[in-house]
Amino acid sequence: MNYFQFLDMIPEVSLIAIIMVLFLYDLFTEGKSRRYFQLTACILLGIHLIVNIQPDGYTQLFGGMYQSSPIAHAMKSILTLGTLIVVLQANNWLRRGDTRHKQGEFYMLLLSTLLGMFFMISAGHFLMFFIGLELASVPMACLVAFDKYKQHSAEAGAKYILSALFSSGLMLYGISFIYGTIGTLYFRDIPAGLTGSPLQIMSLVFFFAGLGFKISLVPFHLWTADAYQGAPTTVTSYLSVISKGSAVFVLMMVLVKVFGAMMEQWHPMLYIVIIATITIGNLFAIRQQNLKRFMAFSSISQAGYIVLAVMGGNAIGMTSLAFYVLVYIAANLAAFGVINIIEQKSRGKVDIEDYNGLYQTNPKLCFIMTLALFSLAGIPPFAGFFSKFFVFVSAFNGGNFWLVFIALLNTVISLFYYLKIVKAMYILPNDAPIATIKSDSYTRLSLVICTAGILGFGIFSAIYESLYYFSIVSL
Amino acid sequence: MVPMEYYLVVSTIMMFVGMYGFFTRRNLLAMLISVELILNSVDINFVVFNRYLFPEQLEGFFFAMFAIGVSAAETAVAIAIIINIYRNIRNIQVKNLNEMKN
Repeated sequence: MNYFQFLDMIPEVSLIAIIMVLFLYDLFTEGKSRRYFQLTACILLGIHLIVNIQPDGYTQLFGGMYQSSPIAHAMKSILTLGTLIVVLQANNWLRRGDTRHKQGEFYMLLLSTLLGMFFMISAGHFLMFFIGLELASVPMACLVAFDKYKQHSAEAGAKYILSALFSSGLMLYGISFIYGTIGTLYFRDIPAGLTGSPLQIMSLVFFFAGLGFKISLVPFHLWTADAYQGAPTTVTSYLSVISKGSAVFVLMMVLVKVFGAMMEQWHPMLYIVIIATITIGNLFAIRQQNLKRFMAFSSISQAGYIVLAVMGGNAIGMTSLAFYVLVYIAANLAAFGVINIIEQKSRGKVDIEDYNGLYQTNPKLCFIMTLALFSLAGIPPFAGFFSKFFVFVSAFNGGNFWLVFIALLNTVISLFYYLKIVKAMYILPNDAPIATIKSDSYTRLSLVICTAGILGFGIFSAIYESLYYFSIVSL
Repeated sequence: MVPMEYYLVVSTIMMFVGMYGFFTRRNLLAMLISVELILNSVDINFVVFNRYLFPEQLEGFFFAMFAIGVSAAETAVAIAIIINIYRNIRNIQVKNLNEMKN
């Protein structure tokens, strides 16, 4: 065996290096010298992002267990960008008294989940895929239950880990029948053995159900609201964008590359699930009062839009998926950044009513929140419009007219509830609005990055074009 | 030799017993045990398929071993979280986990 193969997995190796450096830093320092821990983490992640921004070609290692393509590489960079923003926003929360001594653990767990997603994205075998998925979801449960002395957090953690276990059980059951009918689990060998027999359809359904739990598509979304509400806000933001984005990308990779021959089986299944996801996510979001719970349902409906890109099933679909995830990271993390800073500085105010009259005291935060919500709703000058537009185009090219029509109708509903928050901030009167908040430089930097993304990603067409080029090369 | 179908019947029954338990049990530990049943049924499936259908390769055995290891790790985390809940509210019944209803 050639051990130099490890060096070809550049994103994974550099991420492991970061984890080791941070681990040693955490282990051997105490007191004053720990002051720079977060700065180090942010700088290292920034370097990681810059080193890996230039995608390399198609690599296949370890006999096909690991395979990487330009679009997978680009997706890893997108996820790293999101993680960097989350880490910047975590700063404020991690300086609090009850979490300060656990800073190191937070970074270990967070980066382990990211590593798991990297392996999941570039898996070439179902075993690799499964291990990556579990590496992504087991530390995630620890993160959800991170606030040890709060009952909410433990409760959310229990709900998350039990549904994660159940979903991986379902998925493994599906994979076992794929193995039984075909005799191999390599992604490149499976298409040759697919016949569309009932057993294979059943295994496809089980596999899809397992992955649907991770993406929180509608029949499998019941854990989402509680887990999002109970988890610390930083973790919620991570869960809603990074974990979801990677799972959707993998879903598309597997459905197109592995189950491509069974397209007429998974197409109607996806059709129904997308309609249910978008509609139910929207309808439940309308009646939420807690902002984190609200964002949970909004993220469910956004997941429906992302999966819409899978319906295209070609390079355009892949491009619009990656682009949607990128824009979604900017918009959703901007919203969560504002929610996070307000929650930290106002002792846990996360209800929509608390935001009444926020404009009088915090005009800048209000402005960023408004931009983020407009982008999530898909109002033209912002990036959210372009991402939705590309997703619709790719689904429309696949001939799914009614699906696109229903999704379009749903954007109108979503506009209603996103604007409800804008109305609370700008119009509704309040005698005692939340006092003026002075945010720290880390949070400011993260909000600036997100705002630049919301304004720039759509207009800057080079991003979409390069993603398109990568996916043409990859598929 | 025992026919393959017998093993598959056992694993299928285990799978659906686990599913039934997961949806009906109202105790977190019992739910965890039900999920373990599902994961074990999968292991049986892999091993049986490998032994009977594709004996020249070891892919299924390896998958079963990794699945056992990973599910052990998951169970450890789940039990840690359940213990944490017990410390907070002195109870692990699902009906007491309704703090976040709207």
